[in-house]
Amino acid sequence: MNDFMGRKVSYSSQMCFIPEESTNSVPCYRLLSTHGDLLDPSSINELDKELCIEMYRKMVTLQVMDTIFYDAQRQGRISFYVTTIGEEAINIGSAAALNATDVVFSQYREPGVLMWRGFTLQQFANQCYGNEYDLGKGRQMPVHYGSNELNYLTVSSPIATQVPQAVGAAYGLKMDKKDACAVTYFGDGGTSEGDFHAGMNFAAVLGAPVLFICRNNGWAISTPTSEQFRSDGVAIKGQAYGVRSIRVDGNDALAVYFAVKNARKMAVEEFRPILIEALTYRVGHHSTSDDSSKYRSVDEIEYWRTRRDPVARLRMFLQSNRWWDDENEDLLRQDLRTQMMSVLHNAESKKKPGLSNLFEDVYDVIPQNLKEQEQETQAIVGKYPKDYPSDVPLD
Amino acid sequence: MRAPPSTVRASKLVTNAVAVKSETASIAATKSGHELLLFEALREGLEEEMERDPRVCVLGEDVGHYGGSYKVTKGLAEKFGDLRVLDTPIAENSFTGMAVGAAMTGLRPIVEGMNMGFLLLAYNQISNNCGMLHYTSGGQFTIPVVIRGPGGVGRQLGAEHSQRLESYFQSVPGLQMVACSTPYNAKGLMKAAIRSENPVILCEHVLLYNLKERIPDEEYVCCLERAELVRPGKDVTILTYSRMRHHVLQAAKSLINKGYDPEIIDIISLKPFDLHTIGNSIKKTHKVLIVEECMRTGGIGASLRASIMDNFWDYLDAPIMCLSSQDVPTPYAGTLEEATVVQPPQIVKAIKQLCG
Repeated sequence: MNDFMGRKVSYSSQMCFIPEESTNSVPCYRLLSTHGDLLDPSSINELDKELCIEMYRKMVTLQVMDTIFYDAQRQGRISFYVTTIGEEAINIGSAAALNATDVVFSQYREPGVLMWRGFTLQQFANQCYGNEYDLGKGRQMPVHYGSNELNYLTVSSPIATQVPQAVGAAYGLKMDKKDACAVTYFGDGGTSEGDFHAGMNFAAVLGAPVLFICRNNGWAISTPTSEQFRSDGVAIKGQAYGVRSIRVDGNDALAVYFAVKNARKMAVEEFRPILIEALTYRVGHHSTSDDSSKYRSVDEIEYWRTRRDPVARLRMFLQSNRWWDDENEDLLRQDLRTQMMSVLHNAESKKKPGLSNLFEDVYDVIPQNLKEQEQETQAIVGKYPKDYPSDVPLD
Repeated sequence: MRAPPSTVRASKLVTNAVAVKSETASIAATKSGHELLLFEALREGLEEEMERDPRVCVLGEDVGHYGGSYKVTKGLAEKFGDLRVLDTPIAENSFTGMAVGAAMTGLRPIVEGMNMGFLLLAYNQISNNCGMLHYTSGGQFTIPVVIRGPGGVGRQLGAEHSQRLESYFQSVPGLQMVACSTPYNAKGLMKAAIRSENPVILCEHVLLYNLKERIPDEEYVCCLERAELVRPGKDVTILTYSRMRHHVLQAAKSLINKGYDPEIIDIISLKPFDLHTIGNSIKKTHKVLIVEECMRTGGIGASLRASIMDNFWDYLDAPIMCLSSQDVPTPYAGTLEEATVVQPPQIVKAIKQLCG
């Protein structure tokens, strides 16, 4: 054994290439069977009944919210939407395992995390409608939520840009010795971006307390994972950077919960990053601008939607333990639909942010050139009101 | 091998323009004060801000124990620790992204690009996130980062290391941009940039790091949005920034001898322009010459010209002249490289043309 730049090297006269593929693929952690049975019945003792029920309720809320917003887009009531259908377990399972002070850097398919923390249906709707109550002041597309109060950074569309940002936040937490970690979410496609590679590398070198949660949902718009990478998924990439990793069944809310809970503990106590690959399936289209039947079989979509639904799976578990029943289910769904209708109506009836919002917050204080541009714009819109939307106040 | 005489003379001219100290007359220097080089002034400003505010930190390649490629961060890692002066792996987009994330969650990071040209790799984070997230988050998250590094044409550093990125960043909304040119304004602008709540790009010049000047002992901060009146005059307004300020001053010696009275303004603030100072000057002189190192197409000069025409057309007695570099990558050969940078004789000739 000899040293090379601090690493021990073991020499060998047997020429041996590391195979491109291991004979055993990375094992996948799951607690529930696809029919909702606990694989290890004794583990029921570690489960908190109230927490499981609350997780289920939120997963249903997410599912209902998505369905109604998607329909609203189709009816022309909102301009755009991105559903999380099929990935409710990742959203809620992971959110439930985090602390409120953990800072979240999401991609755009993780509204469940915000929902778990207390973002209301009305707030979701206000952002999608871009009305004057939108925290983002109407400046971003729908689903680009952000809440300083709930430690959820505003969504930015470009893929994987949030990954190194999360590492930066974790670096700050480490410096301040806070009992919190940074968490970043991204899809299988995001792992191809340079920012993923460098973010992982930085986090490992820095010893940054950050969780990298990959929603491997099989598709990056129309690119299947077989065309995205040739490795055994994403979890295996961890070791290449010196990052501890785990593969988990992303449609098993309980497995996601426990994996993230443990990962968080390691990250915060040991000052290390953890990579979690959650296997799942993107049941919905990439967004409302996509029709995924163009590039994948409708049978495949239907199979995952009906036979591998994470929400149904958790319900089967709850019901088999008599922690939930059909009556609870009907009541919940009915109540949610009523709420959503009211929330949509409310959001729709609110005014849009005024024109001054176009020019504020570009800088902390509006500079002279923007003030002039604002005056010019107000003058034009004021002079030709018929050529501009009638629901945007001039000020 | 000795170069032919005309080239030697030209080299001498360039050298003087870089190393001149007596021309930086715009500050009221106290009798005490201390002398230092520009890179030391940057470091002094940085160190003072790091002492003042524990959230200020530096990220970049070789900034820690190596002290930075141009020694701007020398000694800071020893003083403030490895976390506050962080050596990063080579991934500009990513450490800029890290700085954005750290800034949004409470730190005040300074990103050092080893060369401004490398920050092209960080353009995704700078344009898509740095300049945008304060706006798109509805004002919820601020990004008080400073992105700094040496740019400009050096001495035979090759095309990739001789870029003027100020022109690439100038249209990104949400960014502020300044260029330092003397030890006095380098320290003052560094401090102001760190204290600003907006993302600020601080453009330094690779050939100005060894400029020497006496600066005040007392604490001072420059204004990010204000141009510097270097020399008052009444015949013509010369607008310039960074290294070209010194070429202009060199040319001014010759112009003054010939009886011209140029008003020289170092614009300092590249985004936004200080149209107040610039406008007052134009209203007095009615003639403008812009001297820059950027390329002719899409340079700072191009947009400054447009701004001046929009705002001060009625005060102009002549078309605005602009001396810039040609639209070519900077060649390695010394003689060719010199020919792509605006030299003092060109400036003299332009003034003669403008003023008659």
